[in-house]
Amino acid sequence: MKHIKTLNTKKLSNTVKKGGCGECQTSCQSACKTSCTVGNQSCENKSK
Amino acid sequence: MIHQYKKNGYNIVLDVNSGAVHVVDDLSYDLIEECDNRLKAISKEPSTDVKGISNPFWSLINKEEIVESFCKSDKYSGTDKSEIQEALDEIDELVNDEELFTVDRYENHIEAYKDRENVVKALCLHIAHDCNLACRYCFAGKGEYQGEKELMSFEVGKKAIDFLVANSGVRRNLEVDFFGGEPLMNFEVVKELVSYARSIEEANNKHFRFTLTTNGVLLSDEIMEYLNDNMDNVVLSIDGRPDVHNRMRPFPNGSSSYDLIIDKFVKFAKLRGQEKYYVRGTFTHNNLDFSKDVLHLADLGFKQVSVEPVVAEPSEDYALREEDLPILYKEYESLAKEMVRRCGTDEDFNFFHFMIDLEGGPCVYKRLSGCGSGTEYLAVTPHGDLYPCHQFVGNEDFLMGNVDAGITKTEIRDKFKSCNVYAKKECKDCFAKFYCSGGCAANSYNYAGDILGSYEIGCKLQKERIEDAIMIQAATQ
Repeated sequence: MKHIKTLNTKKLSNTVKKGGCGECQTSCQSACKTSCTVGNQSCENKSK
Repeated sequence: MIHQYKKNGYNIVLDVNSGAVHVVDDLSYDLIEECDNRLKAISKEPSTDVKGISNPFWSLINKEEIVESFCKSDKYSGTDKSEIQEALDEIDELVNDEELFTVDRYENHIEAYKDRENVVKALCLHIAHDCNLACRYCFAGKGEYQGEKELMSFEVGKKAIDFLVANSGVRRNLEVDFFGGEPLMNFEVVKELVSYARSIEEANNKHFRFTLTTNGVLLSDEIMEYLNDNMDNVVLSIDGRPDVHNRMRPFPNGSSSYDLIIDKFVKFAKLRGQEKYYVRGTFTHNNLDFSKDVLHLADLGFKQVSVEPVVAEPSEDYALREEDLPILYKEYESLAKEMVRRCGTDEDFNFFHFMIDLEGGPCVYKRLSGCGSGTEYLAVTPHGDLYPCHQFVGNEDFLMGNVDAGITKTEIRDKFKSCNVYAKKECKDCFAKFYCSGGCAANSYNYAGDILGSYEIGCKLQKERIEDAIMIQAATQ
């Protein structure tokens, strides 16, 4: 595309089918302890 | 639903429901805004044409009319009609690929999500309700959480780990965070518990990941070596510049703590290979210019930095206020620009609140549910009592049970289980909902009196951080 550059190729909607395994890190364990940040976490389900 | 904004010379369009992030030129930016306005005008009527997340009203948009109106506009009268048509064709392609103007269908999954199995996968072990510092902003009330000074015994810790294993279902990866107070004041029990947990991993098909948070006062070479061998993550508490740090993190006698810890933290981070740790600070009303604290830490060589807004009663003199927000927005933005400048150089570093995983980020279910407090994540006091998270410890209204009896007040768990972005009215139309997942339940409770409420200042800062984080991605990809 000439006018638009899309930064990501994976769609959130596709994770409805294979997501929810729960193996991912609990948000507060990483650093925050006083705020909730989820979007920065990585999925651990490699088949997704 | 889309969110579009301009920052640092980039035109950015987020498609909230697909998670797609687009960097667009000025013409496309204006066309998308025009299309969005037209879609909003049409889509007031509910659609019955439910198919995927594609926008059911897109076919009703008169594209030829949009091209004509742009050709006649002052801004684009000198632009070739074919150029405008080309940009609109690209927008049309994204809509057809479900990457723009998508609609929210995830709410349909909420009922199944609420019925999920009760699984605990992470514990915050309050290994010591005692501290050798007297930080002014400490939500633990100088380490004791409104209670008595107390250290967790090995027996209580062992029961907590057994409780975690017994309640973790088929989850393999379990997390245990040694927290306080100051965990190193009870370090022998930390070591015993790590050994115990490792000894039961294989038989139970579990893998433990340990984290320890410390203020560094008792950190020694021997302890560093142990932590490097055994902790998946360490959180090193330091606020930034010496005067900022010393003001809020003094010893109980009022003396400064910065000089005692800084060299140890620098050494420790190097020993860890600059990975799997955070230097973690708190900024308050007293250091609204917190970007200088972040850069102070980065300039000392720390590569993993987290400096976060204080959580405090509004009556405290160091609490953040609504009028601080414009200053804080500028601070975050200038920090983001500086990080773009440093990207790829030796001065490069990670800032926790700007980290965003656009490719391999969490699934929808994780984004709906947030941190998991009160359900997947619980805090255990030195006495063995269970609370929804460390922030609720000491508030008897949230005492859920103990490591002997398990969760006895299931109504507390059920309330936390029902907490999701669709249960919070402020989240429904917010572009940030799938990044922050409704925010921190404790913040909501402290400010709105209900975990289903929201903390407005926190939300506004969160939105600024997300915009900056995505700008960094746009600038560095």
